[in-house]
Amino acid sequence: MSHVTLTAAPETPGAPDTAAPETQAPDEAAVPRRPRISRLQPGLVLSWLVLGLVALWTIAPGFFTSHSATSGTARDKLLPPGDGHLLGTDELGRDLYSRIVHGSINSVTGALVAVAVGLVVGTLLGLVAGSLGGVTDAVMMRIVDVLLSIPGLLLSLSIIIILGFGTVNAAIAVGVGSVASFARLARAEVLRVRRSDFVEAAFGSGGTFVAVLRRHILPNSAGSVLALLALQFGAAILAISTLGFLGYGAPPPTPEWGLLIAEGRNYVATSWWLTTYPGLVVVAVVLSANRISHSIRKVQP
Amino acid sequence: MRRHLFSRVGQAALVLWAAFTVAFILLQALPGDALLIKYQNPDMGLSPREIEDIRASYGADTPLFLQYVQSLGGFLTGNLGYSVQAGVPVVDQLAANVPSTLALAGLGFLAAVILAAAIAFLSSLAPFSWLRDALQALPSLFISVPVFWLGIVLIQVFSFQLKLIPVINPPEALGLVLPVATLAIPVSAPLTQVLIRSIDDVRTQPFVAVARARGGSNAWVLSHHVARNAVLPAITIAGVLLGELIGGAVVTETVFGRNGIGQLTQEAVNSQDAAVLQAVVVLAAAAFVLVNLAVDLLYPVLDPRLKRKAGALT
Amino acid sequence: MTGILTAGAAAAGAPTLTVPVLELENLSVSYADRHRRHRRVIHDVSLSIAPGEVVALVGESGSGKSTTAQAVIGLLAGNGRIDGGSIRLNGTDIAGWSQKRLETIRGAKISLIPQDPTSSLNPVATVGSQVEEVLRLHTKLPKAERRQRVLELLERVGIPDPGRRARQYAHELSGGMKQRVLIAAAIALQPQLIIADEATSALDVTVQRRILDLIDDLRAESGTAVLFVTHDLGVAADRADRTVVLQGGRIQEQGPTYEVLARPTSPYTRQLIADAPSITGAPSVAAGEARPLPDAGRDNAVEVRNLVQEFAAGRNLPAFRAVDGVTFSVPRGTTHAIVGESGSGKTTTARALAGFQRPSGGHIIICGQDLSALDAKGLRLFRKHVQLVYQNPFTSLDPRQTIARIIEEPLLNFDAVPRQRRDAAVRDLLARVSLPESLLAKHPRELSGGQRQRVAIARALVLNPEVLILDEAVSALDVTVQSQILALLEELQRELDLSYVFITHDLAVVRQIADTVSVMSNGRQVEQGTVSEVFLNPQHSYTRELIDAIPGNRKAQP
Repeated sequence: MSHVTLTAAPETPGAPDTAAPETQAPDEAAVPRRPRISRLQPGLVLSWLVLGLVALWTIAPGFFTSHSATSGTARDKLLPPGDGHLLGTDELGRDLYSRIVHGSINSVTGALVAVAVGLVVGTLLGLVAGSLGGVTDAVMMRIVDVLLSIPGLLLSLSIIIILGFGTVNAAIAVGVGSVASFARLARAEVLRVRRSDFVEAAFGSGGTFVAVLRRHILPNSAGSVLALLALQFGAAILAISTLGFLGYGAPPPTPEWGLLIAEGRNYVATSWWLTTYPGLVVVAVVLSANRISHSIRKVQP
Repeated sequence: MRRHLFSRVGQAALVLWAAFTVAFILLQALPGDALLIKYQNPDMGLSPREIEDIRASYGADTPLFLQYVQSLGGFLTGNLGYSVQAGVPVVDQLAANVPSTLALAGLGFLAAVILAAAIAFLSSLAPFSWLRDALQALPSLFISVPVFWLGIVLIQVFSFQLKLIPVINPPEALGLVLPVATLAIPVSAPLTQVLIRSIDDVRTQPFVAVARARGGSNAWVLSHHVARNAVLPAITIAGVLLGELIGGAVVTETVFGRNGIGQLTQEAVNSQDAAVLQAVVVLAAAAFVLVNLAVDLLYPVLDPRLKRKAGALT
Repeated sequence: MTGILTAGAAAAGAPTLTVPVLELENLSVSYADRHRRHRRVIHDVSLSIAPGEVVALVGESGSGKSTTAQAVIGLLAGNGRIDGGSIRLNGTDIAGWSQKRLETIRGAKISLIPQDPTSSLNPVATVGSQVEEVLRLHTKLPKAERRQRVLELLERVGIPDPGRRARQYAHELSGGMKQRVLIAAAIALQPQLIIADEATSALDVTVQRRILDLIDDLRAESGTAVLFVTHDLGVAADRADRTVVLQGGRIQEQGPTYEVLARPTSPYTRQLIADAPSITGAPSVAAGEARPLPDAGRDNAVEVRNLVQEFAAGRNLPAFRAVDGVTFSVPRGTTHAIVGESGSGKTTTARALAGFQRPSGGHIIICGQDLSALDAKGLRLFRKHVQLVYQNPFTSLDPRQTIARIIEEPLLNFDAVPRQRRDAAVRDLLARVSLPESLLAKHPRELSGGQRQRVAIARALVLNPEVLILDEAVSALDVTVQSQILALLEELQRELDLSYVFITHDLAVVRQIADTVSVMSNGRQVEQGTVSEVFLNPQHSYTRELIDAIPGNRKAQP
């Protein structure tokens, strides 16, 4: 299955390989300047703050909440947000805020494991395919095509059937689902950078393959991979919470964002906070990751 | 041209075969045994001897390669095996569940396309930059929302707060509104992003300025030159959208308690009913391969630049 | 009283009797930057174009010539705005017109022939429909008549078989053909003014000449005024009645072309004329003043014998021969130019010389070493002797490295050189290419195009090679920068006894820098010899056509 590539550039029989007609960008007369990073973008700052806060929740949940995440008193069940319980309580009287804070351990580490699996396996596949080319490339990319042909969720479910339910297994399953994206990006980046004049010039001045890879190809591909990393982190948070919601992730009473929403679903008519708040946290984290990914892509020289 | 067609169909068949093999290796060849889960259950009160017999009747004790060949042969002839849990042919289960999922996915896709096109083209025509920015921020928001949560929120708002749509036994058409919206919103996001980006790309192309220099207005140029060029890249992500659509449908069906492939899949995973999941995976892969095949064959028709290349192969 | 008035009008001369087609008066334009601060790029530009007159607006990149043209047609970029002055079309000021109003005159009264024909045509619409578009927008002709008119127009601009061509798409047409289609659309409604914005810069010289001839013919036929926006003083010299020289958004000089060229008053114009190879090169060759011939007794730094380069074209197709039997030699310390248009095989030859392609046949001997006899490792070590300088200095430098790192890198590829010696070598080279040491810690994006090309040359020299392959190394640069780089290359050649193979499409540059030259066409070497032989007595018809097509040859006459 060859995918129609986005760059369906036509051949240009009449185009010269020579004269570069001057292009007149409005700013061209200006002395080239270093792109300014100094101008603060509020959305981006907020995104980093959100991810920072969630990271702290993961590292030291006890610092943010004194309530237990797994036990509560029946007397306090289904309290609306308010005094004593910032975001209310669930059907067993457990503090929802505390469960969200502690839930970040499962969700965030799960997403990190997933992204690590995708990054290591996928990038390696892509690098090798892009660097070696030829038959190796063709075979590897067909394998990636096959992985892409199975919808991510179904692929994850297939892996969960083998590995069994649980946080780590769900994370690995999600990671395998992202291998294809990393592989394709890494390969595309290697090919893009390899075709550039400066890489050829580096070979032309006697550079060995390893030296050129280290000096030019890796540094120039890193930005895009980093951007994908942030994007996939957000996607992994989503996917893990989906698996948790379906009941294939962490088993109850472990707090996990997807599972929290699944549990709160039974009380959706009466206790809106049980589903709304965990959901908002997921949205905030994923949105932040996407925003950061976007900013990394834009910083590229 | 005919040779091109054959080669593309051949490639598609190859990917499909590979997907089948991957699914087989994952689901049949590796440990995890639905039969044991079902029949070792003490409630059944079966002796080990009886379990062996049952296993033999399902063909679980034949050598792996033979199983593979039989299974592949079965798939090619439309026999997708037996569901261990339900004890009926998988084909029957699929036949019972596919139509409802197809209706949901089809309507969801349609709604997603309309939503994406509306956002993308409105944002490029928006007279104020704040409006443009707001419209262009929508897909990032849509893509960040968990499908299942979106469904629950929609139920909360429209069924419980506004009481517009009854939760229990709503009329058929009305009952589809929320599931379709739940599915369409996240699926529309990648499409919108690709559309916005390609509209922006195309608008900077010199031929757009040249058309303006001929006296074409903004709207004229958008409809006569930008639209068709901008839609082309969006078509190439049809396969990706299909994956999102299938994953989204599984979750949406669970949230809204609708029958369909989603529920079937979930039951299969819960009972480790590999044959069912394998059939679903291969079905999804087949749909993906067909969609991409269609895109590959259709693309040269829509983009004249590729027509000659495709023709040159013959 | 009446008598005085009449006398005054008469004294002002003939031009005032006719209303100019276009008259700019103190036009000022500015662009907003990201912080919404407006920076002025066009300062008080005043010029006028009489009916049927051809005026050239000449300037280098950033001079504001394209911005001026965009302002006239009312299509400034979104962040641009007209700060003051007037744009009078037939006496009516259109500077303050709304887009809606401007749309009625764009394409009808003023039309545009754009720069790059390939990207200026919608790739998914037939070319005929794009000519027809003008008629759809501005006339109420019924469909059948529009179609008929399109065919007439295509025929008029010299497109054979217009019925078939009209139904084709841009990619099915050659560059020259595409430009003809765009011209057909531009003349469709017989506008009073045609703006040709670098209309031929992207084309090969022979095609460029035919297109310019066509514009000349059409103008003579219909009396349309033409504003040529160009960086090429040669084009202005050949084609324009009057020339306006723009620099930094200000008019430096304007007047009849022959006067501007013969008696330039502004120093900038003088510099521009001095730097333009097509204007200045011709007389010296005519007078036999080409560079001194190379010493006879010197050994050859480069010898190419019967070079053949083939590429696989497809499973059942015969291999495509990009280079077919090229033979030349370059005596040490001299420059050999390879000239040709796109698709001539000159770049393929350069890449084979630089060791990036294994020749399909023939021999390349550099400094006594046959390249085809080398294995991969041998080739890598041999790269010390031959280096390539690329056309585009924006892509040939790694954007993530500092200038110091870029120049030093080749030294890291061979026997270890101590850090201090590397630093010294980098500083020495920076001085040789006349760049300040303050650039060492900077990144390529902070440098101008000319500075970047100097860095690229420094990098190529750091290994002390004997041979430099220059692949269109000055083509992407403005003429003044180009002339500086050419001077630098000559100086380096004298000091370091370098041998150059100079790949170019620009015959005018060849006259300036080369000792010997090969002319290539469709992969074949059609002519070879010393520069003065080839220029003064071209043997092959293609060479003659190339020489004739050099803009500036026709030299404006009063």
